[in-house]
Amino acid sequence: MIRYLIPFGMFAALVALLIVGLHHDPRRVPSPLIGKPAPQFSLSELKDPTHVLSRRDLLGKVTLVNVWASWCVSCREEAPLLTMLGKSGVVPIYGLNYKDNRARAIRWLKDFGDPYVADAFDKDGRTAINWGVYGVPETFVVDANGIIRYKQVGPVTESALQDKILPLVRKLREEDRG
Amino acid sequence: MIPEIGHFALMLALCLALVQAAVPLLGAWRAVPEWIAVARPAARAQALFVAIAFGCLAWAFLSNDFTVQYVAANSNTALPWYYRIGAVWGAHEGSLLLWAFILAIWTVAVTLRGHSLPPEFEARVLGVMGLVSVGFLLFMLTSSDPFTRLFPAPANGRDLNPLLQDPGLVMHPPMLYLGYVGFSVPFSFAVAALLDGRLDAAWARWSRPWTTAAWMFLTIGITLGSWWSYSVLGWGGWWFWDPVENASFMPWLMGTALVHSLAMTDKRGAFKNWTVLLALFAFSLSLLGTFLVRSGVLVSVHAFATDPRRGIFILSFLAVVIGASLLLYAWRAPRIKGGGNFDALSRETLLLINNVLLVAACFTVLLGTLYPLVLEGMAVGKISVGPPYFNTVFVPLALPLVFLAGVGAIARWKRQALRPLLQSLWLPLAAALVTGSAFSIWYTGTVHPLVILAVVLAVWALILPARDMWRHIRHNQAAGRPWFRLPRHFVGMTVAHFGIGLFVLGVTLTGTNSLEKDVRVRPGDTVSLGGYTYKFEDVQQVKGPNYTATQARVLVFHDGRQVAVLHPQKRVYVGQPMSTTEAGIQPGLFRDLYVSLGQPLAGGSWAMRVYYKAMVRWIWMGGLCMALGGLVALTDRRYRLRARQEILPREHRFAQEASTPAPREA
Amino acid sequence: MRWHAAGLALALLFAPAVQAAGTAQLSSGFANPQEDMRYHSLLRNLRCLVCQNESLQDSQADLAKDLRRVVRAQMRAGKSDREIVRYLVTRYGDYVLYRPPFMGATYVLWVGPFVVLAAGLLVLMLALRRRRRAPEETLNQEQRRRLSEFLGPNEDHS
Repeated sequence: MIRYLIPFGMFAALVALLIVGLHHDPRRVPSPLIGKPAPQFSLSELKDPTHVLSRRDLLGKVTLVNVWASWCVSCREEAPLLTMLGKSGVVPIYGLNYKDNRARAIRWLKDFGDPYVADAFDKDGRTAINWGVYGVPETFVVDANGIIRYKQVGPVTESALQDKILPLVRKLREEDRG
Repeated sequence: MIPEIGHFALMLALCLALVQAAVPLLGAWRAVPEWIAVARPAARAQALFVAIAFGCLAWAFLSNDFTVQYVAANSNTALPWYYRIGAVWGAHEGSLLLWAFILAIWTVAVTLRGHSLPPEFEARVLGVMGLVSVGFLLFMLTSSDPFTRLFPAPANGRDLNPLLQDPGLVMHPPMLYLGYVGFSVPFSFAVAALLDGRLDAAWARWSRPWTTAAWMFLTIGITLGSWWSYSVLGWGGWWFWDPVENASFMPWLMGTALVHSLAMTDKRGAFKNWTVLLALFAFSLSLLGTFLVRSGVLVSVHAFATDPRRGIFILSFLAVVIGASLLLYAWRAPRIKGGGNFDALSRETLLLINNVLLVAACFTVLLGTLYPLVLEGMAVGKISVGPPYFNTVFVPLALPLVFLAGVGAIARWKRQALRPLLQSLWLPLAAALVTGSAFSIWYTGTVHPLVILAVVLAVWALILPARDMWRHIRHNQAAGRPWFRLPRHFVGMTVAHFGIGLFVLGVTLTGTNSLEKDVRVRPGDTVSLGGYTYKFEDVQQVKGPNYTATQARVLVFHDGRQVAVLHPQKRVYVGQPMSTTEAGIQPGLFRDLYVSLGQPLAGGSWAMRVYYKAMVRWIWMGGLCMALGGLVALTDRRYRLRARQEILPREHRFAQEASTPAPREA
Repeated sequence: MRWHAAGLALALLFAPAVQAAGTAQLSSGFANPQEDMRYHSLLRNLRCLVCQNESLQDSQADLAKDLRRVVRAQMRAGKSDREIVRYLVTRYGDYVLYRPPFMGATYVLWVGPFVVLAAGLLVLMLALRRRRRAPEETLNQEQRRRLSEFLGPNEDHS
C-alpha cells in the first residue's frame, strides 16, 4: 500500500522545493569572496589623482565599500541613504568608481551627495572584476582585518541597511573589541 | 465594448466550467442521469464562451485597440496583421487565454467523439477537464486579465517582442499548447478511470488516439521551437537545454513513454497501474512547465515577464490538481488487478525497458533543471547546470532507446523466442555496424567510438523500419492483397521510428562536422570555411514594416562558382531598444550556410560569425517524421470504425478480465 | 640587391592597402586558428552574469566584453584552461560555469541519473519475477477443454 504513495511523496517534495524557489531571486549571484580577504588593489583617488588608495587603507576598522558610477541609474536610488549614512559617521564608506569619466563622476557627487571618505577610480574595471562585481551598484562590508563579510547586490535599501548591514557592522565591531 | 464582451465571456465561461466540473462528477458519483447529461452541453457552452473571449482579444489586436493594456504592451500600428494575431499569445495574459482556448478545443473534441464512452465515464472525463478549465479561468480573472483597460490610451503600442516576429514563432506556442494541453485528455481519462474503478483494456484503447494526437502536436511544437531558435538567435545552435525548453521536453519524454505503455495495456491488459501513473505524470509535467515559465523561479531566455505572486497561484493549482490525482491513485490503484503474463523476452518487457529509460531520462532533465534551486535552498552557493551536463548525462540514456526501437517493433507479444529474434536481427545489425562505421569514419574523418556508436544506431534505426515495411509489403503481395494495404498503426510506428534515425544522424553529424569562425570584416574581405568562401560585400540600411535593419550582403563561393547570396541583418524595431539578429541562411539537405552579423567595430569593420552547419536539417526532418508517424497511427481504422468499440458492462468492473487475446501483430 | 630592398619597401608601403580587401581577421585577435578555437570553446562554456542566459561568447554586455579581454590576456600570458577558469570562479563562483563541478554538493546531480536508471531496471526485474511466480490468469479446466475442442489439438492456447 505504501509504495503507491511514493509518487505523491515525491511530488510533495517537489512542491516544497518550488516554494523555496519562489522566495529566491534567480538572477542574484552570491559572492564567493565572503569570508575571504578583500582583493589587493592600488588605484588613484577620484578627486586627487596623485594620491593612491589601496587595500591597506581599509584595514583597522570596519568599512563599507560601495561600487558606483555616474552612468548608473540605480545608484541615484541609494544616494540619499548612503549620504546620510556617510554623514552620520556610523561607518566609513569608501567608494569604487567603476568605469567612469572623472569629471562626470565628480559632478555626480556634487549633484547627488558624497558619502565617501575616499573614492578609488577604477577606470578599466579590472579591480571591480577582482572583487567579483557584475553590476552596479554593489556594496561590500569589510571587517577590520580586511575580510569581506557581506555583499549587497543592487542599491542599498532601508531594509537592507536596518536588517543586514548595520547589525553586521555592530557585530563585527564587538568581535574586534572582544 | 468588445474587450468588455471578452471579459464577460470569460466570467461566463468560468461559471460554466464550475458547472461542468461539479455537476457531472457529482452525478456520476450519485448515479443521477440528469446531472450526468449536463456534462456535454456545459462543456460545449464553456468552450463557446472561451472562444468568444479569444476572438475578442484577437479583434482588439487586429483593430489596434490600444485602450486595452495588453494590446498596448504587445502591439503597434506598424506591426503586420499576421504578427498581430501572433501577438495575442505573445505575452503572459494572452498565452493563458490561448491555454484556456486550446483546452476548450480539446474539450469539445471529447464531446464530439465521446459517444463510444459510457455516459458516466464521459461525464467524469469532462468533469475533470472542467476542473482544469476552472483553474486557468480563475487565474486569468483574478491576476492576469488580458482585457484590462488602459486610460489614457497611448497613441501607439510598444510593439511585439521582436524575437516573436517570426513565422516559426507564431506557430510554436499553439502547437506546443495543443500538445501540453492535449495531455489533459489522457489525464482526465486516467482520473475518471480511477474514480470509476474501471481500469481495463478498453480504457487504454480509448485513451490511445488522444494521447497520440497530443504527442504529435507536442513533437511538432518542439521541432518548430528548435528550428526557430536556430534561425533567429544567431548562434547556430538548435537546442540549449534552457529551462523552458526542458519544460516542454519533459512532458514529451513522459508522453512518449505513455504512448508505448498504452499500447501494452491496450493489447495485453498489462501494467495498468503503471500506465495510469504515466498519464497522471505527463499532464503534471505540462502543468509544471507552465509554472516554471511564468513564476520567475528559473532564469531563461524564454520566460515570460515573471511575478512570484502568479507563481504562487499556479503552484497552488498544481499542488491541488496533481496532489489530488496522486492521492486518488494511491487509494484506488492497489485494488486494480490483473494484466497478462509474459515472458522475460517479449514485446512487453522491451516496452517496459523503454519506459524505464524514458522515465529516467525525464527525471534527469528535471534534476538538472531544478538542481540549482536545491543548492540555493540549502544555501550552498549557486551553480549553473548547462548543456555540458545534459549532453553528458542524457546521451547514455537515449542511445539504448534507439537500439530498442528497432528490436521492440518486431518482438512478439507475450513470448518472443530468442532464436527467431536473433535470426531476424543479425543481418540488419551487421549491416548497420558495417555501413554505420564506414560512413561515420568517412564523413567525420575521425575514429571516435561514441560518434561511431551513434551513427551505427542511427543507421540501425533507419534500416530496421524500412526492412519491416518491405517485408510487410511482400507479405501482402504473396497473399494476393494490394501491397499498400498495411495497418496504419504499423506504418505509423515504422515512420516514427525511422524519424528517430534521421534525428540521431542529424544531431551527431551536426555536432562533429559543423564549423564556425568569428571574424572582423571590412567590405571586400573574405572568409573561408568548410570549402566555401564567404565574401562580405557591403552593408545597407533596409526598412521593414515596423523595423529598420542594417543588412549585410555576403556572397558565397564554392569551387570558384557563386552559390549563394546571404543577407544577415541586425534589426531595430519601432518602440523597442533591443536589436535582433536575423541570420542569413542558405538551407541545404546536407549543409546549411549560415552567417550572422554582429556589432559594428572601429574603422568601418563589422563583427561577423560564419558557420558551416552540416546535416542540421535532418534534425527537424526527424522530428517532423516522428510527428507524421503519429498522425498516420491516429488514422488507424480502429479509431474510425465506431461499431467496433467495446463497452464493458458494469459487472466487469473490478473483475479479472477473461482474456480475449487481441489479434497478433504481423 | 638594392632592387629587392626597394621592392620590399614598396610592398610594405602598400601592404595595408592590399590587406583591406583580403582575408578577414579572426575577431579574437589570435593569429593561430588552434588558439582561436580554444578561446571560443572556453568562452562557450562560461556564462555571462549580466544577461544570464547567454554565454560569454555571445553576450554583448559590457562585463562580457571585459571578461573576454581578461580571457584573451590570460591566454596570451600562457595560462592553461584550468587556470583561466579558476581565475573566474574565484571571483564569480561556480555559477559562471555551464558545466557544474563535480564536488560534494553535486554528487547527487551527476550520479543521480544513473542511480535512477539502475533502480528502475532493478524494480522492473523484480516486478517481472514476481509476475512470473504469480498464478497465471488463465482459463479454468472447463474453458480450456472447450477452447481446445474449438481450436484443434495443436494450437497454443495458454
